[in-house]
Amino acid sequence: MGKAEILKAIKKNKPEKLPIPSLDFPSSNGQDLKTLYEERLTAGGGEVISAKDKAEAEAIVKERMGDYKFVAGAFEALNTIDLSAIRDPHELELLDLAVFEGVLGVAENGAIWVNEEVLVHRAAPFITQHLVLFIREDQLVDKMHEAYKRLRAHDYGHGVFIAGPSKTADIEQSLVIGAHGPKSLLVIMLPPA
Amino acid sequence: MSHPSEAKKFVKNENRVNWHDQSLWHVREKRDKAVNLFPEWEQLREKASQIKSHSLSNLDYYLEEFEKNATANGIKVHWASDAIEHNEIVFNIFREHGVRRIVKSKSMLTEECHLNPFLEKHGVEVIDSDLGERIVQLAKETPSHIVMPAIHKKKIEIDELFQKHLHTRPSNGDENYLTAAAREHLRQKFMKADAALTGVNFGIAETGEFVVCTNEGNADMGVHLTPLHIASMGIEKIIPRYEDLGVFIRLLARSATGQHVTTYTSQFRKPREGAELHIILVDNGRTVQLGREKYRRSLHCIRCGACMNTCPVYRRSGGHSYQSVVPGPIGSILSPGIDMKKHASLPFASSLCGSCSDVCPVKIDIHKQLYSWRQDITREANEEPAKKFSMRFAGWLFTHPNLYKKAGKFGRKALKILPRWMIYNSLNAWGKQREIPEPPKQSFQEWYQQNRQKNG
Repeated sequence: MGKAEILKAIKKNKPEKLPIPSLDFPSSNGQDLKTLYEERLTAGGGEVISAKDKAEAEAIVKERMGDYKFVAGAFEALNTIDLSAIRDPHELELLDLAVFEGVLGVAENGAIWVNEEVLVHRAAPFITQHLVLFIREDQLVDKMHEAYKRLRAHDYGHGVFIAGPSKTADIEQSLVIGAHGPKSLLVIMLPPA
Repeated sequence: MSHPSEAKKFVKNENRVNWHDQSLWHVREKRDKAVNLFPEWEQLREKASQIKSHSLSNLDYYLEEFEKNATANGIKVHWASDAIEHNEIVFNIFREHGVRRIVKSKSMLTEECHLNPFLEKHGVEVIDSDLGERIVQLAKETPSHIVMPAIHKKKIEIDELFQKHLHTRPSNGDENYLTAAAREHLRQKFMKADAALTGVNFGIAETGEFVVCTNEGNADMGVHLTPLHIASMGIEKIIPRYEDLGVFIRLLARSATGQHVTTYTSQFRKPREGAELHIILVDNGRTVQLGREKYRRSLHCIRCGACMNTCPVYRRSGGHSYQSVVPGPIGSILSPGIDMKKHASLPFASSLCGSCSDVCPVKIDIHKQLYSWRQDITREANEEPAKKFSMRFAGWLFTHPNLYKKAGKFGRKALKILPRWMIYNSLNAWGKQREIPEPPKQSFQEWYQQNRQKNG
């Protein structure tokens, strides 16, 4: 009974039809996307390192791993866990580090889009203690408008823009990194393919 | 219940008022900094407002389009006319699945429906997972702000609360230690939950997907681990096109906290393999508000809280003084639409300075609606008797110029020589918590006549 009642009330109460605006926003004004990306992600508590290729990116991650025991993701040689072998996402609780390839990055806010296809498990980038995303420079767009233009063509069950480590300011507005999810986010920037 | 009497409790402690005021002003300043970084901000606001207006004028169409596309994606769509229906839908789904423990991510809509007490009454354990929400939940309070639910609480109070409930050691309010303790506590709850509940920031008709924005990642921690996700969405949260999201995501976090975007912008289109995804479309008074031409635009609201952070009255009276799920300027135009009598004092809890309208990312004319509510309420409900009498008397006096002149002269003298009790008493609502300004030596009329004569 909810649906019919609600639709009836809307039809009775809604105003005359109003037009929908066009979305024509100026694109990049020649700003260097990589520099802007780095500035904005850093403001969100993340870190950016440039690497000349995937091998160097892998070496950077390896050096960072320290005594992490459980590692999973895109750099297979470093993995101690095979994400595709895991059935129950609760088992991901032991993850120290997860590494994924970003689909696209947004310079104006430092966000990187990843989806189920890349993540294998939707929970993976949230439940892991630390997160590394790598992305190619030519996958950076300037603003969210451009990002959604590109994502339009994608089919996904779940996808997420990630713009830093998990954080909170709920205790007297003091910023604390590492609320529920990763305590750090490292983005490795690779040159265009 | 009235805003002035509730606010009285908060303003008793001047240090706390100043601290609250400054905390929120700090957020307002961060907003300005983020907003002023690029030139198309005003264009963005205008587009957002137009999209929302268009959307409301086709709301029935877009809701049905959303339902069609979401269903095709495997999402189960429900409709609820009011809070009771909403809560029953939630509980019926839980009963079917034998759910006993749930984790909830911040949702003002479930607050509005009073879902927590309803579920608890039926034996379901409800854990609010947003840190601020968890804090107020442990304190058995309600959120005092829609984005920063525990903004009214001091570190040391949270410390004591955690000692009592999470058995932490006294840390003198160390935010890192307290957050780490909450992280451990809530991770255990996430691991054991049978279902997860979230709100919705935006529902997209074109793709049948919805978006949930958080900084902590608590919504995602909940929903990706449990086999059942229920999302509650007010029907006004619908936007038509996929690309409209670009406009709203750019506006939301910048307006709310001055961040360029929330840490997580999570988009749900299909249920996870082996899991169920439900969405409840809730009316609960929104269609009535849609029919009120003067107040319709309040349905544009994307719940960023910018109007609260900038409001001189909210900052100095605290969110709880509004006694309403959504406090501050936007709450003061939404709440009287739900219950005019109960919330009659809220539109008067404003200086009408217009700052709320200036920062609103979807261009709601908040201060104009507040002014409009004042007139509707004064006509239909009743104002404070002392103010009402004084206003009527003033109205009469203004229509009698000679009497007005004499009264002014008398008043300027009287205010100087009368004892305090004759000026500051229950008949003078303007003399509460403030001093009446010193009367000028002469009226403007007297000054004008004197000077005009002098200058010839």
